[in-house]
Formats: sequence, C-alpha cells, structure tokens
Amino acid sequence: MSPLRAQLRHEVSTTLRNSEQLLLTLIIPVMLLVFFSLVDVLPTGTKDPVDFLAPGILGLAVMSSAMVSLGIGTGFERTYKVLKRLGTTPLGRGRLIIAKIVSVIVVELVQFAVLIPVAYALGWRPSAPNWLGALGAIIVGTVAFAGIGLSLAGRLRGEINLAAQNGLYLVLLLLGGMVIPFAKLPGPIAAVAKALPSGALADVLRETLAHGGVRPGTSWVILGAWAVVAPAAATRLFRWE
Amino acid sequence: MTATATDPVRVEGLVVRYGDLVAVDNISFSAAAGEVTTVLGPNGAGKTSTIEVCEGYRKATSGHVSVLGLDPSREQASLSRRMGVMLQDGGVSPSARVRDVARQYCDLYGKGVAPGELLERVGLSERAGSAYRRLSGGEKQRLSLALALASEPDVAFLDEPTSGVDIGGRQLIRSIVRDLAARGCAVVLATHELDEAEKLADHVVIFEHGHIVADGTLDALRRGHDEIRFRTSPTLDSAALGAALGLDVRSLGDGEFVIATDTSQVAALTAWLADHGEPVADLRAGQQRLEDVFLRLTGNAVSPSISAAETAGELP
Repeated sequence: MSPLRAQLRHEVSTTLRNSEQLLLTLIIPVMLLVFFSLVDVLPTGTKDPVDFLAPGILGLAVMSSAMVSLGIGTGFERTYKVLKRLGTTPLGRGRLIIAKIVSVIVVELVQFAVLIPVAYALGWRPSAPNWLGALGAIIVGTVAFAGIGLSLAGRLRGEINLAAQNGLYLVLLLLGGMVIPFAKLPGPIAAVAKALPSGALADVLRETLAHGGVRPGTSWVILGAWAVVAPAAATRLFRWE
Repeated sequence: MTATATDPVRVEGLVVRYGDLVAVDNISFSAAAGEVTTVLGPNGAGKTSTIEVCEGYRKATSGHVSVLGLDPSREQASLSRRMGVMLQDGGVSPSARVRDVARQYCDLYGKGVAPGELLERVGLSERAGSAYRRLSGGEKQRLSLALALASEPDVAFLDEPTSGVDIGGRQLIRSIVRDLAARGCAVVLATHELDEAEKLADHVVIFEHGHIVADGTLDALRRGHDEIRFRTSPTLDSAALGAALGLDVRSLGDGEFVIATDTSQVAALTAWLADHGEPVADLRAGQQRLEDVFLRLTGNAVSPSISAAETAGELP
C-alpha cells in the first residue's frame, strides 16, 4: 500500500468514526433543516421555509466539514505532535494535505447524500436547479473554509483552537444567511454578513439552486476572494509544531 | 571515537541556534551500525536538537550531517523509508486506537510488517482495542517504539524511550533496543538517565550545554579510573590513612571516602580501619559507575537525572 493510500484510509475512517465531528457535520445540519422546515418560525420570506433553508443548510454543511471538522482535527494533531511524528515517515506534507482534502470531500458527499433527500422529503422543489453551478460553489467554498480552519488550527493551541472554531461556526451560522435572511439583519450587520464566506456561499447556492443562474454576482466575487486569501493565510500562519 | 566513512550517522561541526540561544555548539560524533549509541546529558544539553537535525526535522545552522549517506534536510524522503523515530513524547492522537495506529504506520512504510506482530513484540496485543489515552505511560512508550519498528529501520533515533516506564516495561524496551542493534541497525538513543545509558550503551556521547564532553565506549570512559569507596566514621583521620597506604584519601562528606586505586588495596585498607577501631560499610571497589564518570567529566555536583527531575517538576 502506498503512503498516500495508507493515510487516506486512516483519515477517512478516523473522521467517519469520530462521533463529536459527526454531530457537527451531520446531525446538527439535519436537525436545523428538519426543525425549521416543519416549524415555520424563521422569517425566511419564502412560501415554504425549506426552499430558503435547503441551500443555506448545504452551505452550513460545507462550513462544518471543511472549516470546523478539519480545523479542530488538525489543531489537535498539531498539539499532540501527530503531525511532527508523521513528518518523519515517507508520507510527506503534500500527501498529508491531499489525504485531508479527500477526507473532507468524502464527508461532504455523505452530508449531501443525507441532506438533499431529507430536503426533498420536506417538500424542497428547486425550480430550476443548476447543479453544476452549485458544485462549483461548493468546491470554491470548501477551499475558502478549509483555509480559514487551517489558519486557526496552525497557530492556536488545541483547546483555544477548539473554542475559536466552534465560536466562529456559531457566529457564521447566525450571520451567514444560512438560516436567517440578510434582509432581517440590521443594515450594518447585513453588510458585514454579506462579505463573509458563509453569507457568500449561501447566497450563491440559493441563486444557483433556486433560480438556476450562475450570474457573476458580488457573492461569487466575495467567495472567490476568500478562496484565495484564506489558503494563502493558512500557508503563512501554519506551524507544524 | 573516530568517525569512519561507513558509519550510518555522522555529525561534523554541527551548530544549532534558536535566535541568540546556541543549543548545539560545534559538535561532532558518529554512530556505528549494530551498536547502541547513547547520547547522554541533562535536559537542555542539546540532545533533542541534535537528533531532530539527524531526522531531517530541523535544519542545522551550520555543520555537516549525514545519515545512511543521505543529507537529512534535503533527502528526507529517501531517509524516512529506512528510519525509525521515537519522539520524546506524544505523536499519537488520544482518541486513536492502538490497532489502528499500528496499521497506519505499517501501511505508511509498506515493509510488510504485520500490525499484530508488531504489537505482540512490544507486549501490547491485549491493548489493541484501547484508545491511546487509556494507555499507561509505559504502554504509550512501547507503542511509540512499535511505530519506530514499523519501518524495519537501518537507523533509529529514540528520544528518552524509557521515561515514565515501569521496571518491567524498561526491561522489555531494553531487550527490543538491543535486538534492533543486533540486526545491524544503528541505534541513537537520547537519555538523561545514567542508569539507562549504563545498561544499554555500546558507545556513550556525553552532552553538556551544547558541547560534547566525552565520547567513547563505556569501558573506555571508565578505564583507568578505578577507585575504592567506603563509609566509616566522619571523624576518620584521612591524612593518617593516606600516609599509611601511600595514597590520597578524599572525603565526600557524611563519612564517605574515596581513594583512587584498584582493588589490590582493599585488604590494606580494611586492615588499617580495623586496627584503628573504625567501622566500615558500603565498601565498593573497581571501575567507576557511569555516574562518577559523568561527575568527573562535567564537574557537575548534581547528577543529570536529578536536575532533569527538577526541571520536569516545574512544568505545568
């Protein structure tokens, strides 16, 4: 078995078996989707709340696996010198990063395989979905969030990193246009929210899935910018030990 | 010891600086295949920095290091396939299961080592299903050693392999280390415990403050320094005893005395003490212990293991 395959197997099985991460990546998004679709209390502005929620929750799923799950896992691996130890094996940093990316993609596939059917069961009927556009947004969003998660993981100590990732997750969930529309946020906060990667991703997903458009809007530009800046910051900030 | 071109580990004029701090100051030594080379010294003497340069993990400020004929900083990929490493601590996620980590490392090296056999070799078969955080300190060290063996190494760098390990675990670790050397591996073992060095080393390199103060086989370091140590009453007239034996009698305090001589003087010594009505206890004659060698070489009043324990106690 090649070092890459060995590490891939390890990363994927570790991630899928980790119950805390599963709570974050799968159970919370499913619960939010089901609860707020059935209990119509959010000011979604759509006739059926699931039409607003489904794209937003897909964005939340990307954020939870690419940023929080990856960031917390990698942060602890750094603290416990797992990365240092792996640094003396034939794996190498390049293959370690590839294994982590693939592991995030596998988790995302599991998330979508659960969330999309659940959304359909709740009555979600995207009028003219552009799945290819959505896939593009998910890839760009994954890069952006992974960059943010690894920037924090590469600098902060284990427990502080854990708190920071979870705190950021909550802030972005509330401000991100994922479950609460920008229109309901106070003006200045809405402006900030739209500039965040969470807001941009939710907006682009809603646009591509609900309206079938891949319009070169502001949100695409914002998301793309985060996908360039965040990984660049991670490269500069990351300390292996 | 003189380095030969064929030694798997060769360090020449190595300097490691962290900002203004000089951790390793122009040292040279080598480690031979089939031998346990023990790098001995107190914490902070530069042992770990030196080993990390050899592993390719850390860059040298200056100097030349060759491991298995490779430059560790540039050819780490080739080196890593033939190198076994045991970090001073950590290296495994607390939630990872023993069996999974063993398999991961066996697969990473791809040498066909079976994870089950590896765990059996270090006596961890029974703990295969446990999470790493559930292991005792000694079990963690044994797992770490197992991961170093997964590469079937030609060179192994083991940093404090027996720290925090109970007596039974220590014996097992020592026997595995000896076995590794017997298969032709060059083992470089860093420790601050004189006792470990004495039990394992074929070759000892003593570090202090980033310098090497001694380098040679255990026998060579002890040779020519035979002595007799004994306890008697603190009021012993050591000058009179010295005059009678024609030797210098040195007081170490608390009624302990030492005479630099070989075992042939034991009879004369005990006869003189008996004639003068002095008691005698704890009499020991022959080669110096490594501890004495260390004290003689470093002039250090505190043995490295004691100072290390004090340092450890200050940590949170």
